[in-house]
Amino acid sequence: MKPAAFEYVRAESAEHAVAELARWDGDATVLAGGQSLLPLLNMRLAVPGALVDIGRIPGFGRVAVGDGGTIEIGAAATQAAVEDDVEVAARVPLLRAALGHVAHREIRNAGTVCGSLAHADPSAELPAVAVTLDAEFVVRGADGTRTVPADAFFTSFFTTCLEEDELLEQVRIRPPSGRWFGAFEEIAVRRGDFAVVGLAAMFEMTDDGLGQVRLTACGAGPVPQRLRAAEVVLTGSDGGPEALREAADAARGELDPPNDLHGSADYRRAQVAVLLGRALDASGGDRTRTEV
Amino acid sequence: MDGPVVTTVNGVERACHVDDRTLLCDLLRDELRLTGTKIGCGHGACGSCTVHVDGVPVRSCLTLAAQVDGREVETVESLGTDGQASHRLQEAFHRNHALQCGFCTPGFLMTLSPLVASGRTLTEDEAREAVSGNLCRCTGYEAIVDALLEATGSVEVAGD
Repeated sequence: MKPAAFEYVRAESAEHAVAELARWDGDATVLAGGQSLLPLLNMRLAVPGALVDIGRIPGFGRVAVGDGGTIEIGAAATQAAVEDDVEVAARVPLLRAALGHVAHREIRNAGTVCGSLAHADPSAELPAVAVTLDAEFVVRGADGTRTVPADAFFTSFFTTCLEEDELLEQVRIRPPSGRWFGAFEEIAVRRGDFAVVGLAAMFEMTDDGLGQVRLTACGAGPVPQRLRAAEVVLTGSDGGPEALREAADAARGELDPPNDLHGSADYRRAQVAVLLGRALDASGGDRTRTEV
Repeated sequence: MDGPVVTTVNGVERACHVDDRTLLCDLLRDELRLTGTKIGCGHGACGSCTVHVDGVPVRSCLTLAAQVDGREVETVESLGTDGQASHRLQEAFHRNHALQCGFCTPGFLMTLSPLVASGRTLTEDEAREAVSGNLCRCTGYEAIVDALLEATGSVEVAGD
């Protein structure tokens, strides 16, 4: 359970980091918190020639509130730091709710939010949350930075739009205006395990019932699965049992989940419906959510 | 492929020279002969390798030695040597029979000692959540939860 030999490079700046990635021509991997990468190295499922450590780059650990109340999470900001951040808790409570399901606190003390997103495990919670929140991904390359929307960032299993000489420098989450309720639900074998299937939901609460709805499933495909048909059913509905039944049917119909030893495709479809019900129940109980 | 790592371990500055791929758990055990830290699963799931880096519990099997250059590391060997809180935790483990083979125990102690030091009391649910990242094959966990609740002053201790 030891890594194969590699060269360790500590990047001093974002520019230095991408220059090293380019120099190693696809044979270098970015190291932030290492909580997804080190298991792969230890089991030799990954054998890069070099690791470029971005964990000490000044400013990369920052969690801040930017223009218009946008939460800005730097590449080296730990999941624990985001979990404990009072601005995140106030503005985007869904993120904190989901983080409670990510591994265990000891892992979150080292693992990073951006690292989990860049790793793009289909069963991971944070990518689904990022899609539901329409997060923006700030990608650093040789020519500077570019911004990628969440629905273009995740492209396949463990694959994102990042090129070999690019790294994810920051993720930005703009809290939606109005009154929204966020719920994260998952089915896992044990608390802290990867989701067999999970759901990141945002419901706009109006005086006449639900306004807009955003639903994204994890563990239901190679990338986070936005449940657009179910969203259409619930938008403008009362969120009651009939609406849930119809939305669950729509969700089951639009999903093509994997069959594997953790669950069949039908099981995953059925569980997404259950999670949708739980999320709606949770939203019904509290109509005093974040107002931005 | 190798380089210097200067790190403070249990209050003592240690200057080491290791392969780039050296894990922190191996630096501690093999180079520094601090074998209290155990390696169970090697991929972060069992918790027996848990140490503190800059005061915070992390998995030493998922940390490169290079990553603690310039940082402070504390292992289970540091407990009970400097104050009441950790000593209280170890006493509570002893009184509650919260260990049998003891392999998982250093990891549990390092995971839980910050909670004891915080002075916070815990509900039983919070205690169960706190221990949920560490695996034990011997005890069945109840005694560990009891020890944590006792050490944090969350329950009355029966008089001797």
